[in-house]
Amino acid sequence: MPRRVSLFVTCIGDQLFPHAGIAVAEVLEGLGYQVDFPEAQTCCGQPAFNSGFRDEARAVADHFLKVFEKADYIVVPSGSCGSMIGHHYAELFEDDPAKLKACHELEHRVWEFSKFLLEVAQVEDVGARFPHKVTYHDSCHALRELGVKSGPRRLLSQVRDLEFVEMDAAEECCGFGGTFSVKFAEISGGMAGAKIASLQKTGAEYVISIDSSCLMQLQGRILRLGMPMKTLHLAEVLASR
Amino acid sequence: MNPIPVESLHKTLSDQSLQTAIYDSTARLMLKRRNAVTPVPEFQELRSQANRIKQHAIENLDYYLEQLEQNVMRRGGKVVWARDAAEAVGFVRTLCKDKGVRRIVKSKSMTTEEIELNHELEKDRIDVVETDLGEYILQLANEKPYHIVAPALHKTRFDVADIFTKELGVEREEVIEKQTMIARRVLREKFLTAEMGITGANYLIADSGAVVLVENEGNARLSSSAPRIQIAVAGIEKVIPRAQDLVTFLKVLGRSATGQPLTVYTSFLSGPRRPGEIDGPEEFYLLLLDNGRTKVLADKNKRQSLYCIRCGACLNHCPVYRKIGGHNYPWVYSGPIGAILSPQFHGVTQNPWLPFASSLCGACGEVCPVKIEIPKILLELRSDITKAQSTAGGGGLERFAFRLFAFVMRRPGLYRFLTGLAPRMFPGKQGEWLRDVPSWMKWGPVTGWLSQRDLPPPPEQNFREMWRVRQRQSRPERQRQSSEVR
Amino acid sequence: MSREAVLHKVRTALGRAPGQSPGEPPAVRIRILKIGIEQRIQQFREAIEKLNGKAYQADSKLDARAYAERLLAGKRGVASSAPFLMECGIPSISGVVSGLTDRLALREACATCDIGITSADYALADTGTLVMLSSAEEARMISLLPPCHLAVVPRERLLTGLDELLDLLPVPSDRSSSMVLVTGPSRTADIEQILVRGVHGPGEIHVVWV
Repeated sequence: MPRRVSLFVTCIGDQLFPHAGIAVAEVLEGLGYQVDFPEAQTCCGQPAFNSGFRDEARAVADHFLKVFEKADYIVVPSGSCGSMIGHHYAELFEDDPAKLKACHELEHRVWEFSKFLLEVAQVEDVGARFPHKVTYHDSCHALRELGVKSGPRRLLSQVRDLEFVEMDAAEECCGFGGTFSVKFAEISGGMAGAKIASLQKTGAEYVISIDSSCLMQLQGRILRLGMPMKTLHLAEVLASR
Repeated sequence: MNPIPVESLHKTLSDQSLQTAIYDSTARLMLKRRNAVTPVPEFQELRSQANRIKQHAIENLDYYLEQLEQNVMRRGGKVVWARDAAEAVGFVRTLCKDKGVRRIVKSKSMTTEEIELNHELEKDRIDVVETDLGEYILQLANEKPYHIVAPALHKTRFDVADIFTKELGVEREEVIEKQTMIARRVLREKFLTAEMGITGANYLIADSGAVVLVENEGNARLSSSAPRIQIAVAGIEKVIPRAQDLVTFLKVLGRSATGQPLTVYTSFLSGPRRPGEIDGPEEFYLLLLDNGRTKVLADKNKRQSLYCIRCGACLNHCPVYRKIGGHNYPWVYSGPIGAILSPQFHGVTQNPWLPFASSLCGACGEVCPVKIEIPKILLELRSDITKAQSTAGGGGLERFAFRLFAFVMRRPGLYRFLTGLAPRMFPGKQGEWLRDVPSWMKWGPVTGWLSQRDLPPPPEQNFREMWRVRQRQSRPERQRQSSEVR
Repeated sequence: MSREAVLHKVRTALGRAPGQSPGEPPAVRIRILKIGIEQRIQQFREAIEKLNGKAYQADSKLDARAYAERLLAGKRGVASSAPFLMECGIPSISGVVSGLTDRLALREACATCDIGITSADYALADTGTLVMLSSAEEARMISLLPPCHLAVVPRERLLTGLDELLDLLPVPSDRSSSMVLVTGPSRTADIEQILVRGVHGPGEIHVVWV
């Protein structure tokens, strides 16, 4: 009986970086999972929450709870959305015992993509091939709230013909931070710049991460600086043959 | 209500040598911390223990303050309580007048910066001398500290040479070791002639009536031992229950701050010198300061902000601090701890931008030796601010935008419709990131984004469209297609 | 009264009544490792040498005195009145002044001499730390003002670390108005993070174990 997972591609993945979501589906199907995409999904609500608008965030979270009520596994190609759902939803529903219970219960069903592969599917080698020199950026929420550190590196180590090099500033924030990136644009750009300087030292062609928002921030700044490096979501590397 | 200090931020961000100084110094401190923490397997346990002790002390603060007071008095010291900066400063000024104090030596104390003690004492024509090397340099330059632990982080040896030549009239000296010896010579004379020494306190020990001072130079020892009168100025939150708790705190403080298992000097001082002791102060005062701490204490979720032991680790690890430095924060406390303390002390509407000047990366909370949940508090403050702005009738546009956001995100049909429109409206070439956009697109966030980065183009098909097509294909066909694309 | 005002605000903020008990604090975390004296001496030496301090294992009190003599050759020293220093014959070394009991005279001597000589009440092996309590025998200034500090200490006083010290001395205030843990030479890195020793306290430190 095929195991079922539901995909939450995130609003940014849905609109700007769909290939990452498709790649997640491909990798999971390749491992024998049946992947469904609940059409009613929209956003996890983090933009409102991070901007201090908790009522609005709650309204969006409420919708999410409904959409994914029946899903056994929810796979998310993002650490920030993953941690919003898994860690902050409970804060939003502190005063509603029934919904709070639903949140705690949801926490067990939501999986950031790389964690799902390693802890649920329990695979490290998904049969990928990616003949390029890459480095890895530790997305903050995934790193510090979900404990995602060695996982993606283990997955990358199994990719054929891939040359991996570690960057000094791997754990430093890329500077996205949602609306921070536009409210404090110059600081955000500066943070990206520091990250890119470290990236450049590695000589890597690609910087990989598990979060499209980080990749968007880095790619945008890389292009503005006229540099050749490219960004790619981990899922897309793992889906490469 | 102060707006984002855009010009000042821009100045700091454009100053390449300053950027290098801040980035490199903090990188060094981060590395030192890592090297001191990695070989200690029980470090995480120590953090938890430190958090628990602080929690207990803060939750029972009145009890421990009273116990502290009793024990200080038992040892011959006096305890003075100050509701605010004015009272604290007033006490010191009066004491100086009564005792004929003309010169004061001070060791580093953020609390005395907070109450602007030096500035007030100078009005009485008292020679107040900062004796910590970094603070001394800044005092000569008339600047505020740049960092909680490394106050002159932003100064190069050439800056110091300029300052010493100008303020001390010495021959220009650019060698750091020699500069240090100049300061040593000048300050020694001050130590030995000052009538009063003022220190801060890293810890106040309730069961001992003691003040603990942690340092590397020796100036806190000198300030607290050479002059006749000693005053230790401390926020009420500094009290911990037992001397034995230092077993936990001393192990996390030095490592977190500068990567040292123990700093060079740890002084445990209780009261004036005792009968028989040869030296030490004749009079000892502990000046306990509220100045808004009870306000912070009143908020159950945020009172953990008072656990802070002023190690500076959060500053060193904060990617925002590492770009903007210490002077762009509105108060003496900078970095992440400053970002959560300032609004709580001064009210959230004074600098409403401050808690938003963070990408919420969480590096601060990860390294805090007493496990203050800084990102969580930042998020709460953000919520407090939007509520306060709403009450005051402000922040309307953003609130409206997020109301709209929530409205759309709860309605999948509407969401699909609106997002279907977007690619058609996008001006650029297919798949190319944009450097610029037509003026009708130049609003808030877009302009903000474009000021630093190219704008990503919406793809030819969004995820749903790709998914729909994909689902119609059979599985082998799908796989063949996707490997061709790559 | 400010005292009452502040305490009242604290209690109101916490919802506590005057005189209300605080309940049990978290248990103190003291872990003392069992380490033999030779290993402790070795640990101490490694720790202090990392900080540019020196540790010397003397065969005897005479040997300790000889070390001090070599260090003092041609220089001026001020010795505290610690009984152990007497036992080692330190005050009789040429150039050493001791027995000063007047605070100001002692301070003047310390400010102008080359080496301050003390014993120590305890030491901590894992961090290379000396524990100095201020008393009638040990003045604060001797280990602080001179540019060099020499400590001559009986081995038995070397503890494993801070845990053992605070286990032995749970309330240091009972013993003295001042307990200072001295870990290596005075230092700063305030200018460009470049390390400089001997800022205000001694830049050189020697510990002789007897």
